[in-house]
Amino acid sequence: MTRHVVVLTAGLSQPSSSRLLADQIAGAVAAEVGARGEAVDLQTYELREYAVDLATMMATAGMPTARLDELRRAVSAADGLVVVTPVFAASYSGVFKLFFDALDPDALGGMPVIIAATAGTPRHSLVLDHALRPLLTYLRAVVMPTGVFAATEDFGGGAAGRDLTKRAGRAAAELAAHVVSSGGDAVAGFTPSAATRDAGVGIPTQVTPFRQLLGRQLGPVT
Amino acid sequence: MQFGVFTIGDVTTDPTTGRTPTEAERVQSMVAIARKAEEVGLDVFATGEHHNPPFVAPANPPILLSNIAAQTTGLQLSTATTLITTNDPVRLAEDYAYLQHLSAGRNDLMLGRGNTGPVYPWFGKDIRKGIPLAVEHYHLLRRLWREKSVDWEGEFRTPLHGYTVAPGPLDGVPPFVWHGSIRSPEIAEQAAFYGDGFFHNNIFWNKEHTEAMVRLYRQRFEHYGHGAADQAIVGLGGQIFMADTEEEAKRIFRPYFDNAPVYGHGPSLESFTRDTPLTVGTPEQVIERTLGFADYVGDYQRQLFLVDHAGLPLDAVLEQIEILGTQVVPVLRQEFETRRPAHVPSDPPTHASLVAEGPDSPHLQVISATAGLDAAEEAAV
Repeated sequence: MTRHVVVLTAGLSQPSSSRLLADQIAGAVAAEVGARGEAVDLQTYELREYAVDLATMMATAGMPTARLDELRRAVSAADGLVVVTPVFAASYSGVFKLFFDALDPDALGGMPVIIAATAGTPRHSLVLDHALRPLLTYLRAVVMPTGVFAATEDFGGGAAGRDLTKRAGRAAAELAAHVVSSGGDAVAGFTPSAATRDAGVGIPTQVTPFRQLLGRQLGPVT
Repeated sequence: MQFGVFTIGDVTTDPTTGRTPTEAERVQSMVAIARKAEEVGLDVFATGEHHNPPFVAPANPPILLSNIAAQTTGLQLSTATTLITTNDPVRLAEDYAYLQHLSAGRNDLMLGRGNTGPVYPWFGKDIRKGIPLAVEHYHLLRRLWREKSVDWEGEFRTPLHGYTVAPGPLDGVPPFVWHGSIRSPEIAEQAAFYGDGFFHNNIFWNKEHTEAMVRLYRQRFEHYGHGAADQAIVGLGGQIFMADTEEEAKRIFRPYFDNAPVYGHGPSLESFTRDTPLTVGTPEQVIERTLGFADYVGDYQRQLFLVDHAGLPLDAVLEQIEILGTQVVPVLRQEFETRRPAHVPSDPPTHASLVAEGPDSPHLQVISATAGLDAAEEAAV
């Protein structure tokens, strides 16, 4: 069965180095999932294109927009996630954080995630472990041990460039192992999956019968 | 069908003049709005309940509503909403029954949970328990209004033994209750279980969401044996501003929109108009938009408009109510009745209609569901 991986990138410029890194990791994920004999569908979203929707939601005490709802649904339904942000003022960018602020707390439960970031200098590399990893851990995602950080020089040749390719490949292999073990072959109920996540979009299809809500208030029905 | 206005009683600076009404002016304006609503032939006035600035909507709505009751003769008095979570259900039972006696049964109430975090601890409650509070408090409220001597123990209130509410409901018939919720399916389920009304305050939501919430309530209303899904009692909100032309309406309303509490300095008037029921334009446009609500929620029984927020001066608000009463609602009444099938009630239950149902009325039972109650039926859902 086809596995679905969503790639989110929060770069603002065009062309964007975050997008460049996102594409590189996406390619590595496709190769690693393919190597395990499974097909993969990769969808990449530029969070910049949702900046106005996100601002609207924040400025109206939570009014969703249709296209943001669609993205939230796609993210929660994915088998794996790749998230890439530029480093702004020593952390993830504001648009990147706005998106995660817009998610339901149960939207990413058990989701395998590769965290990645770009910056103009390697001195920001710990942003992955000081900012992105705690954010995704709070949302109960499963963050891959290998994060992918790329400073400008890593896009060049030599040891730095080769190392970036290697890191992207290692992170992709880690993600692929999770992604392939989820979905069809997984034992239902034993691993968190899209089925147990709540994108927070629309209303739940299952209602709790009122008797259950009333509990001991009910007494004997006459 | 009932038409009316609902207010949250916000004290907001008029962005066009910089003038802020005093609390006294704003409180008196709510009385004036209600009187105007009756004068122009609207059916309902509903007040919010708030416990924090900038709202002067009463902490205890029956105080405002009893004052209005004394100055009106036919207006139905309601709330939008009464907080079922942070209020003591015993006080609610007493106060709203008292209001029935003062208003000759002209009141109903709409229950809501409240979404302001600090209000809960101010009343010794916890917002994370919002749903369980709403469930336990309302079930107790129903019993207080329907049983002579109540013995009760629960989680959130001190136990009661041998308590009888005084005064009891007028003619022994409790007020009709609506449950308001924007996105909690548990509350739609609660309204359906008891066969009460369900109000969706759709003013910040897209129609797909409103449609889904109302559909859930209707399905569960039928599930519990209160009637067919399309006979469930539904209310909606709406937000409007009118003038002779759309251009004029937008010119006048835009500064209020742009600076309004909650959504001001956010989306544009145009995108908000597209995404929510907000209609700023001619009376004809308001009529067309409002009639469209029934296309996605079905034929419904109560329509409340928000007309007095965002710092609009009282004379402008009264003018809006005048247009509503003279140009909009008469057409809406006729058009909604034309499209309504005969088996779908036009009005929500009133005191008179509930009294007329007699001593065997399901309304007089604590639990009136006639189906969907045993575990086997639940499993089949």
